[in-house]
Amino acid sequence: MGNAFSLASYLALKEIWRNRGRFLLVSLVIALITLLVLFIAALGEGLGNGNREYLSKLDADVLVYQAKSERLIAASRLSRDRLAAVRRVEGVADAGMLGTASATLILPQGEETLKVALLGVESGRVGEPKVIEGRQLSTDLAQEVIIDESTAIRSNLQVGDSLTLRVTQGTRDEFFTLAIVGKSDSQQYSLQPSLFVPFFTWDRIRPKSEAEISSANPVANVILVSLEDPEQIDEVRARLVNQVDNVETANKSEAIAALPGYTAQQSTLNTQGGFTLFIGILVIGGFFQIQILQKVSQIGVLKAIGTANPVVALSSVIQIVMITVIGVTIGALLTFAFSLFFPPTVPIVFNGTTSAIAIVALLLIGPLGGLVSIRYATKIEPLKALGLSN
Amino acid sequence: MANYALETKSVLKAYETDFGTIKAVDDVSIAVEAGEFVALVGPSGSGKTTMLSILAALLQPTAGQILLDGKDLAGIDDKARVQLRREKIGFTFQANNLVPYLTALENVELMLRLNNKLDKTGRLRARELLSRLGLGERLNNLPGQMSGGQQQRVAIARALIHNPSLVLADEPTASLDTERAYQVVETFAGLIHEQGRAGIMVTHDLRLVEYVDRVLMMRDGKLVEVYQTREEIMGLATGNRH
Repeated sequence: MGNAFSLASYLALKEIWRNRGRFLLVSLVIALITLLVLFIAALGEGLGNGNREYLSKLDADVLVYQAKSERLIAASRLSRDRLAAVRRVEGVADAGMLGTASATLILPQGEETLKVALLGVESGRVGEPKVIEGRQLSTDLAQEVIIDESTAIRSNLQVGDSLTLRVTQGTRDEFFTLAIVGKSDSQQYSLQPSLFVPFFTWDRIRPKSEAEISSANPVANVILVSLEDPEQIDEVRARLVNQVDNVETANKSEAIAALPGYTAQQSTLNTQGGFTLFIGILVIGGFFQIQILQKVSQIGVLKAIGTANPVVALSSVIQIVMITVIGVTIGALLTFAFSLFFPPTVPIVFNGTTSAIAIVALLLIGPLGGLVSIRYATKIEPLKALGLSN
Repeated sequence: MANYALETKSVLKAYETDFGTIKAVDDVSIAVEAGEFVALVGPSGSGKTTMLSILAALLQPTAGQILLDGKDLAGIDDKARVQLRREKIGFTFQANNLVPYLTALENVELMLRLNNKLDKTGRLRARELLSRLGLGERLNNLPGQMSGGQQQRVAIARALIHNPSLVLADEPTASLDTERAYQVVETFAGLIHEQGRAGIMVTHDLRLVEYVDRVLMMRDGKLVEVYQTREEIMGLATGNRH
């Protein structure tokens, strides 16, 4: 076996080296496929992340929605009396209101604006992100805001600055100025950078219809719940539905999957990635099949002089693996190099796990694509290959 | 009883076709001693290539015995056949003889690698053999950088380097001009005699038989005539020289 491997490696490496131009070309094709797959994966991750980032980083275990809202946060309406009921349920450690809306941030540089997610959270409760700079929100009525990192990058605003928001209330555009007291890590929501304001401030400054302007009762979209024992999540969820009127619940992954367009977007991008991998398999398979067809007589000679089939097969496998590894490495390096030049507004996120899965999948496409050619190589009859068969 | 390197007894190779049974090789018995160079000649379709394939352990006979160094090849499995070709047999073919991405020296050394016998002595022998064949300056040339005659000489070196019992050559001069064909066969014959191998060359070119010790003529799958005296052989060779 040792000799078979060393012989197969010798033949494989000699052939690659003496035909390096041709093999490098295939490696470059694999590199381009790698580039494409990694970018699609990163785009999927970036778009998905932009949609779910706040929810996935949330310190809550359960989200409570209005019943029959089909877990659509924007469609759910919950008044404060539900919050009190939720907090009384056994197993609930803490609960906080979350209100979601969109607003326009007037950028300090001039007339440019930035669409942001305006999120109302309760100070010191579940849902308020931890700041990495500055301080947390002080009260539920304070005229202050925590900006997330993506807002800071896109707006150049810093802790200590103040910002101005434009929202439409009724038929009028209203402007509100808030002091930036803290900055959290990136917490995008609904593909927008996020601003976190105290819940009652949020209710005052959020976009409203004419009818809502006169309403005195603040209404949240969902209630975020953290549990005393996250292992008991199913029991607590059942209790919440039984003990609080007119609500339904979701855990974080269910809430993320229910985000508008999230599942469709991810499955679209996953399908694209899958198809690219499939094309990769066809390209590599095609190349190695053509190569084997071109060297039928050469393999025939090798077999006739006593080269065993496992050596022929192993030699092909080594070549395919080497070409694939070189291609994937070049592709990964190219991807990394390109990623350095993308502006932060492009939703591309290189997540270690996603990239690793994509790279493993890319490394597998070579051997998968080459399976047919390897099988073909082992089936070559030296008699026929050398023209000795009548 | 003579101690033959190769001996066949009543070898038969038959194919079933829509038109009945075709006997490509029919009851052929031959024996070749070590150091003897034999030509297998005959017209196209006479069965000489089929016979060579059987002797090369590339094709199983329908019936009969093939003894190489006294060991019967009939009934051995595929793995043993591959091992036999690797260890006991040396080959040259009509064309596409060499591995195109290995140099002349690497092609010859390949046989030693296959047999796990590539050491310092082996490398030296490969160089010497190629130098004797006039390829001392071409050791590091790829096949594509050599002429047809040079490639055939590399193939001869490869066929002999691992000290096989039997050396088989299938039309080794088919792609060469007359002068080079004579040179190649003369060199081949010289080495077979010198190294004491049993050599069999299939050729349709009767002019080349002047370098062999015996000529076996096949027709319609049968061994029809044997030329073994110098006069008979030279008569056959010169009678076909134009």
